[in-house]
Amino acid sequence: MKTAFINARLVDPASGYDGPGSVLVIGDEIVQVAHTPTIEGHTGDTVHCGGAVLGPGLIDLRVKTGEPGHEPKETLKSAARAAAAGGVSTVVLQPDTDPALDEPAMVDFVTRRARALGLVNMLVAGAATRGLEGARMAELGLMQEAGAAYFTDADKVIVNTKVFRRILTYAKAFGALVAHRPMDPWLAEGAVATASQLSGWNGLPAAPAVAERIMLERDLALAETTGARLLVDQISTADALDSLKRAKARGVKAFASCSINHLSFNEVDLGDYRTFFRLDPPLRPEEDRQALIEAVRDGLIDVIVSAHAPAPAEDKRRPFSEAAPGAIGVETLLPALMSLHHEAGLSLLEVLRPVTSAPAALLGLKSGRLAEGTPADLVLFDPGAPVVIDAAKLQSKSKNSPFDGRRLQGKVMRTVVGGRTVFGG
Amino acid sequence: MTPNRAVSDDIRARLFPFPARHLTTVLDLKPPHVTALLDLADAFVELNRQTAKTLDLLKGRTLVNLFFENSTRTQSSFELAGKRLGADVVNMNPRTSSVAKGETLIDTAVTLNAMKPDLLVVRHAGSGAPDLLARKVSGSVVNAGDGQHEHPTQALLDMLSMRRAFGDVGNLTVAICGDVAHSRVARSNVALLTMMGANVRLVGPPTLMPPAVDRWGVEVHHDMRKGIEGADVVMMLRLQLERMDGAFVPSMREYFRFWGLDHEKLKHAKPGAKVMHPGPMNRGVEIDSDVADDPAVSLIQDQVEMGVAVRMAVLASLAERLEQEAGR
Repeated sequence: MKTAFINARLVDPASGYDGPGSVLVIGDEIVQVAHTPTIEGHTGDTVHCGGAVLGPGLIDLRVKTGEPGHEPKETLKSAARAAAAGGVSTVVLQPDTDPALDEPAMVDFVTRRARALGLVNMLVAGAATRGLEGARMAELGLMQEAGAAYFTDADKVIVNTKVFRRILTYAKAFGALVAHRPMDPWLAEGAVATASQLSGWNGLPAAPAVAERIMLERDLALAETTGARLLVDQISTADALDSLKRAKARGVKAFASCSINHLSFNEVDLGDYRTFFRLDPPLRPEEDRQALIEAVRDGLIDVIVSAHAPAPAEDKRRPFSEAAPGAIGVETLLPALMSLHHEAGLSLLEVLRPVTSAPAALLGLKSGRLAEGTPADLVLFDPGAPVVIDAAKLQSKSKNSPFDGRRLQGKVMRTVVGGRTVFGG
Repeated sequence: MTPNRAVSDDIRARLFPFPARHLTTVLDLKPPHVTALLDLADAFVELNRQTAKTLDLLKGRTLVNLFFENSTRTQSSFELAGKRLGADVVNMNPRTSSVAKGETLIDTAVTLNAMKPDLLVVRHAGSGAPDLLARKVSGSVVNAGDGQHEHPTQALLDMLSMRRAFGDVGNLTVAICGDVAHSRVARSNVALLTMMGANVRLVGPPTLMPPAVDRWGVEVHHDMRKGIEGADVVMMLRLQLERMDGAFVPSMREYFRFWGLDHEKLKHAKPGAKVMHPGPMNRGVEIDSDVADDPAVSLIQDQVEMGVAVRMAVLASLAERLEQEAGR
């Protein structure tokens, strides 16, 4: 099977190339990348891209489903379809399922089930502690052998400093990446908003922004002294970015992700208590959002995630402080990123790097780039095409999209995973 | 018994359609609405002082009191207001109904809505819960206190009490003292008082001030004597006892020493200053009984009386709006 994608605008953050070009795929691999509109001498299947952007398929390091345990929320299949429709060719599933993905058999089980769907690449993040209880280390080495992409207790904070230090120390034996949510659990206890003028008026239980920086400083100190690789999960405050910057300058092996929601919305979006904007971490004031965008631009933030977290209507249609946190987002990731391009003035290379080459480098994946000999995971999209997000039409089983009704630009035309078109075309 | 003709004519003359379908926040009101509501409430005070206290403005209307949090005073105040206006009043106690069995607020709302209540009075521990209900029911929702957000009728009755004691509220300096952080009464009062031009001060320990309170556009004081200096009104807030035991302040006696209101501290206020409290009071904690029960300074009894009148004004005005919408 031989397919040429011609007359495209190639955007490849790994090489820094943004310009006309074409790509030849044979089987599941990219075999040629040309900076010319067509592939010389190609005969056979041809996709005429018509000047649309052809880039590496997106890689989303933080996606939750409800499988196993809460399938009415989201199954692997519905999440995979959502990813495919969003131009996302690789997702990393979070371990906070029921039961938790905290041992090699579970990692293997979910990986196999996902592979059998034949849609997008679904990797698994293993739990860092058994049962996500923050007490005893999970089998990091065996889970890594079973294919775990990295280790995390997802939304849960590993409060015990000794436990977290041992995890970081032990993970070094396998070169494993450990992700952790920086949030002081005492300051954040019961909080559903950021302490601010607005949340104060609205009377919402709120945690001060410094709750993030306090835990981040601990984690960075541990990463520095252990030499382990730390992924700061969903950094969201300007204050914490300063800490991260200082640590990176000292050579700490720390990387940071940021959710698309925190780049797209601020606390004002809560409006009259709209629970689809109840997120964890909570939405922040506009100054934080601006600081996050700048940190994406200058590379201080390495990775952008969708933080896809399905929650059914009955969990969302509650008083704000009782509503489930989180938002779906894998399918709207690309148009939301395009908003950063159109409105915040980030270049296509700048907005795509954190969802392609940067996460690939973090996990040691061969994908995430347009290069010969790499997997043919591609997304073809029109960066300027207007779209109106209609949550009811999204692929996810849960429809809790904060983008519902928003007018965005950026339309996915085709998603290719391992040389196969899994969406559009 | 029929009501006094002059009084009922006066009420009908002052009646106006409420500016919104619901009353969830005082921020939906504008100064002329507030003045009109208080004028109407003044007329209801007259009615309530007659022997015949009923006027059938809500005849045929159903008022449902939905109180997820205990409140004898507010609930009976709304109940009395509804009954004096001739409404059928239903008190729902969600703690003993199916809500306690895992039914969500929305399920309750949908069930209630099927019974077609015209007026739904809600108290809930979650900030914003009335807004959520307002989106799901066809009648009017009145917020009777939501979490730490708002308590609009309390602010209106407080303002009515002040207006009757001082004439105009626009020139008053009002010191709101105590647990501002957790108080919906404080939020509604700050919003309403500043809207009507009063000078508002917040007084209390820093741990009981809301985040970013320096951006509320009011004076903030931690020293009570300075905070109430020259104030026309000292409004004390209720302090939940569980917040006193080392959580937000070290102890009850330390709190009373620095932020409890007694005659000595009250001397710093303007001569003739009045003391208010939304109730129920913790005597000897935030307020000394000598002050609370001193008829020369205390407006606390007036507040209770004004509560019924203000709620009658709000309910009658909301019903007038429903009437107008139906007639369209």
